[in-house]
Parts: sequence; structure tokens; C-alpha cells
Amino acid sequence: MAEHKIDARGLSCPQPVVLTRKAIDAGYSSFEISVSSEVSKENVLRALGNNKYRAEISQDGNDIIIKAMK
Amino acid sequence: MKNIFSSRIGIIITGAAIGTIAVLLQVTGNPPNMGICVACFERDIAGALGLHRAAVVQYLRPEIPAIVLGSFIISLIMKEYKPRAGSSTVIRFFLGVFAMIGALAFLGCPWRALLRLAGGDLNAVTALLGLVLGITGGVLFLNNGYSLGRSYDNRKSSGWIFPAFMLVLVLLNVFDVSFSEGGPIFSSTAGPGSMHASVWISLTAGLVFGVLAQRSRFCTMGSIRDIILARDFHLISGVAALLASATIGNLILRKFNPGFTSQPVAHSAHLWNFLGMALAGLAFALAGGCPGRQLILSGEGDADAGIFVLGMTTGAAISHNFSMAGKPDAVIDGLYTVGGIGPWGQIAVITGILFCLIVGFTMREKIRV
Repeated sequence: MAEHKIDARGLSCPQPVVLTRKAIDAGYSSFEISVSSEVSKENVLRALGNNKYRAEISQDGNDIIIKAMK
Repeated sequence: MKNIFSSRIGIIITGAAIGTIAVLLQVTGNPPNMGICVACFERDIAGALGLHRAAVVQYLRPEIPAIVLGSFIISLIMKEYKPRAGSSTVIRFFLGVFAMIGALAFLGCPWRALLRLAGGDLNAVTALLGLVLGITGGVLFLNNGYSLGRSYDNRKSSGWIFPAFMLVLVLLNVFDVSFSEGGPIFSSTAGPGSMHASVWISLTAGLVFGVLAQRSRFCTMGSIRDIILARDFHLISGVAALLASATIGNLILRKFNPGFTSQPVAHSAHLWNFLGMALAGLAFALAGGCPGRQLILSGEGDADAGIFVLGMTTGAAISHNFSMAGKPDAVIDGLYTVGGIGPWGQIAVITGILFCLIVGFTMREKIRV
């Protein structure tokens, strides 16, 4: 199954978090979200941490890719 | 490198520093309960440039440009400077205009609302309740797919322009430039605009605000939004620290005078304090940051935030030129007279709320999960 991917690049605060929460509420146990700023990364990581998800971070050019796993 | 300021302790240090320094700015000359106020100080800058002619609120406040420059410098050093632009520019401009009209109906941004409360001004409670209502509206829109769209990476120079403009404002103040006899740069000789700390103290304070707030992502609107949106209490701990430190500072200095009346640069027209800040809160939420946060973002290269700041500055000019700004309570002929906003201000606040609602309802994308 293709992994669920969210493109939150360039979206202003707090839309990356809103999209992350929608994925969490939809019950995805693993998904990937791409953001374009350190701030968005910190916010998404906090939202994931608060919901007991683990995260792996990688960089793709200017984009930051966060892999979230339950 | 891990950013210690994005931790809980980092945001608390930032809030406490802003609160403490704000009280110190009041001691060294800034107006009472207005050590730092992004809305009021942008309004004073608009006045200094002659964009409005309200003689009592004109001064080229160095704190505002210093906050932007502090953010610009630290984001360059920490490699977070990132020129970006292109997300619903004109809407952001008018969100800034109406945010300012709302803030000036109350006479303060959220930072000043906290400082007013810290000085005992209970009108700030009404205003903060309005702020919460406005932000709640913003969260409802966000949860239903509201988005101003993506911004895109831009050329380096696009991010320098706003900090460069801020630097020009600092230089105009430092060199006390006058463009013509009796013309700008204007500087109030009476009223709040005449009250200011020395330029170097103001600059230093602004730079400290800019650096700390950039590192910690301090945002008053965000603090309330995150609680409603995600039960996230991270940012609110910084806001609580600001309120606590400023209150303690005022208590030590015996500047804590609780009550609704006779508060400095404030009025007790409750409905308009509430609605003004509800408008401001909704506009901040739709634009993604409180006025302080927008300054920080514009320093990091976010041209859309820069447009919001210019919108706020324009909003200040509109507010004062078209008789929309709040008037403080005053004693006239021995009679305590409640200030507030006149009919044009009331029309403007209602128009602003309608504008924000239209933006909130129409700028939506379907969220696919």
C-alpha cells in the first residue's frame, strides 16, 4: 500500500498542524508530511509527540520530510 | 543544532524577558502600560511619517524596526532566513488593515493587552475575551479547510527589502532627519507619542525582543489558537510568563492600579473593547500570527508577513484619518467621560468582521485525508 503523504510545503502556521491532526484523527498509523520551514517542523513534531507518534526527519532539497509512525 | 528556545523553558524565558523589559521601557520613558505595543508603535510610526496627522501619536518608534532587524540577523546566523512570498498578498494586506482598525478600537495589540492587565487595567480582560472569540472563529475556519494558499521560495533580495526599509526608519530617527520646516519626520510634543525611552534603549530592547521571539516562535494569538485547536499549551506558557513578569514588575514599582476607569491610554467602552479585539483576533488567526509574530516572520524573509505589517501601518493611518480610532477616557470640565470609538469606528469594526468572515468562508480548500 502506498504510504499516505501530505504536502504542507509553503502553508502558513498552523495549517501543517491541522493537516497532521486530520491524518491522526483519520487513524493513519504511519504517514509522511513535507514542510518547508523549521517552525513548521517543530510544530508538527510537537503535535506528533502529543499524540504518541514517533518521527523520522529527512531533508529533500529545501523541503523537510517528516515520517510519522505510531 | 537543537533549538533550546523552542523548548518549554525557552518560551517561558522569552515571555518573561518581554514582560520585564516592557516594564523597564515604561520606567525609562515609554507610555504607561505601553512598554511595547506593536499596534500602537506602528501607529506612531505612521504618524511620524505623516501618513496620519494625529499630533499626539507621532514618533518613529525604534522598537518596531529593531524587532524585525533582530529577527533578520538571528535567522541569518541560524540559517533560518528564507525569502518566500506569494500567498494571497492583497488579502493579507487588508487583514492587516482591519486587524489594526480593531486593535486601535481597543488601543493595543495583544502584547499591550497583557501589559495593560499587568498594570491593573481590567478593560484588558474584556479585550482578551474578545481576542479569544476572534481566534476561536479563526480556528473554526482552519478546521474547515481555510487556507490563504502556499508561499513559494523567492530570490534573496525579496527578503532583504523589508529589513532594509526598517533600517531606513532607524536611521531617520537616529539622525533626527527633517524633510522640511514643520514637515516630517513628525514627533509628538504631547501625549503618548511624546513619551519614549532613549533611542538606544529602545533599539536594544527591540533587538532582544526580535532575537528571543524568533528563536522561541513566541506568538500571543498562536498561544490561544493552539489550545483551542490542539490542546497544546506550549505557547501559552510564554504568554503567562509575560503577564506574570510584567505584573510583578508593576507591583514592585507600585504601578499596579486595578480598575476599569482612569487607566492610562485606555477607554472603558466595553462593547468596543470586546468587538475591536474580536476583529483583531480573527484577522490575526486568518493571517497566521499576532502583530509581533508578523514582524518576526517579515525579518525571516516572509514577504507575506511584511505585507501584513504594511497593511497594519496603513490601517493605522486610515483609523486616525477617518476618525475610527479609540479615544481614551478623559476628565472633561471636571466630569469623567468614557471614551471609545465614534460611529465611523463602529462601522469600520463591523465592516472588518464581515470582511474577515467573507475571507474565512471563501478561502477554503477541501481537506482530503
